Amino acid sequence: MKFPYSEIVLEHFRHPRNVGRIEDPDGKAMEGSPACGDMVAVYIKVDPKTNCITDIKFESYGCASNIATGSIITELAKGKTLDEAKKITWKEAADALGGLPPIKVHCSVLAVEGLRAAIRNYEERHGLVKEKEPTTVEEVRRRLRRVMNPLTGLDLIRTNLVRDIEVKDGTVRVVVALPAGHQFAPAIREEILEKVETLWDVEQVLVEFTE
Amino acid sequence: MFGEIVYLDNAASTRLDERVLEAMQPYFFDVYAVATSEFGYSPGIEAKEALERSREALAGSLGASPDEFIFSSGSTESSNMALKGVAMALGEKRGKHLIVSKIEDFPVLHSAKALEKQGFQVTYLDVDGDGFVNLEQLQNSITDDTILVSIQYANQEIGTIQSIEAIGQICRARGVLFHTDATHSFTRLSLDVRRVPVDLITISAHTIHGPKGIGGLYIRKGTLINKWMDGGFQEFNLRAGLENIPGAVGFAKAVELVTPEENERLRVMRDRLIDRVLADIPDTTLNGHRQKRLPQNANITFHFVEGESITLHLDMRGFAVSTGSACFSRSLEASHVILGIGGDHERAHGSVRFTFGRYNNMEDVDSLVEVIADVVNELRAISPLSEATK
Repeated sequence: MKFPYSEIVLEHFRHPRNVGRIEDPDGKAMEGSPACGDMVAVYIKVDPKTNCITDIKFESYGCASNIATGSIITELAKGKTLDEAKKITWKEAADALGGLPPIKVHCSVLAVEGLRAAIRNYEERHGLVKEKEPTTVEEVRRRLRRVMNPLTGLDLIRTNLVRDIEVKDGTVRVVVALPAGHQFAPAIREEILEKVETLWDVEQVLVEFTE
Repeated sequence: MFGEIVYLDNAASTRLDERVLEAMQPYFFDVYAVATSEFGYSPGIEAKEALERSREALAGSLGASPDEFIFSSGSTESSNMALKGVAMALGEKRGKHLIVSKIEDFPVLHSAKALEKQGFQVTYLDVDGDGFVNLEQLQNSITDDTILVSIQYANQEIGTIQSIEAIGQICRARGVLFHTDATHSFTRLSLDVRRVPVDLITISAHTIHGPKGIGGLYIRKGTLINKWMDGGFQEFNLRAGLENIPGAVGFAKAVELVTPEENERLRVMRDRLIDRVLADIPDTTLNGHRQKRLPQNANITFHFVEGESITLHLDMRGFAVSTGSACFSRSLEASHVILGIGGDHERAHGSVRFTFGRYNNMEDVDSLVEVIADVVNELRAISPLSEATK
């Protein structure tokens, strides 16, 4: 049999590590991609003295690359400090898996986001969030890098789908270069809202389509 | 079977029947001449006779006469020819409006889209929760500009069988041509052009254990359609190109080998699979109508799990199936059919299509049900959704 996945990916797919949930987690997050439908939940336990991740579990409603990345990311993060774990990139996870097909980026990046979101959740709950800064176009752009363009598996910024970003008086306006009737338009809108709405000083997010 | 694999994706491709290959073989090695007129050399005449015998058999299987049937390279070409050929022939003279259903297979859907770019208008008919076209909506969509209605006989993914007789009658009454893509229903469901008012029919050999690369288009006598491929005068001067005689012979043989008993056998396997999966595995939904569906097709959504994960696990355990999940498709788009019947991405996400063929048997079904129950349980155990709903 010949699969588009590496042996390591298949091994993690067949026998995912650290699967399940932690009943009383110190931090948790559920990241979903409405566009492709995949979802990942990440739960962490943190030692408050060392800020180390002592336990981590994940759940996946997704395809093979989603499951395998969830599995590897928990292995990579376990025992690391929050600051170290935060810096784990999709590339590192993909490399540890012996590579992933490019079209599968958006399914696998969710696990990396899930880990970061779980850490953020811990930091927020424990008052560790650094100073609040007003939202800028740059910050919005940075967040949109995590919204996938399902047509290519790459993010909206990289694929030049974002025509314009405006930040003014608590309102963020994002113009997407897609027809409003496109199959993925509602999904992309939802994902943009999800990523941008949580910014502390944003009251309203407007997603507009060009056609 | 592919060695150890139980192949359940017979809608996509089928294993060639040895008897088909046997029938084709002489036309590769002995009678390989081009089909010539009766004034040509003898191998050419023999080739021509084989081609015409095959044409007669295929046309006959649809209740048509031989001069109403042309060979093509498969159903993609046939549907392209039906839509674009009619559009080119009638666009200027009669009107520039076509009607298709939203759940057509890509050859029809994308031909319609291509025509839109050339100034044609296309109405995409909705379907209901089982995949049926609304006949009233069809009635209301026909205008003075409408030249062609293209609605499939049965759906490629969910197997739903349209009322093509009623659709044909509506079209006939309004003087509009009717094309049906019968790729997946051909020989599995009866279709006789003497009874059903249909003007163009797309068929293919690859779904019935015939060779790939050969299909056909029925064109009712008097139907205006433009020449599709320019070149020589083959196929009644409608489709140029050296005739695929081994293919045509194989296609005719493949049709001959399908029997009502086989179709019944497929139906029994289909019903067993559907009944057992729906009864044994909780949180499953049948996609398509329970009875009015292709005898060889089952399509089921396993909620809370993703289709590519299911197919990969099944593959590792010896079963080949396909899914409507976005993750599985090359385009990363969820099945337009599941979305078309009102399903959301979640329903498409966990949908799996099983299509039976000649080389499957009841043991395959029973072992599949057990394996799939295991696979779905394992995947649900790690899904964040299944817990939340318990």
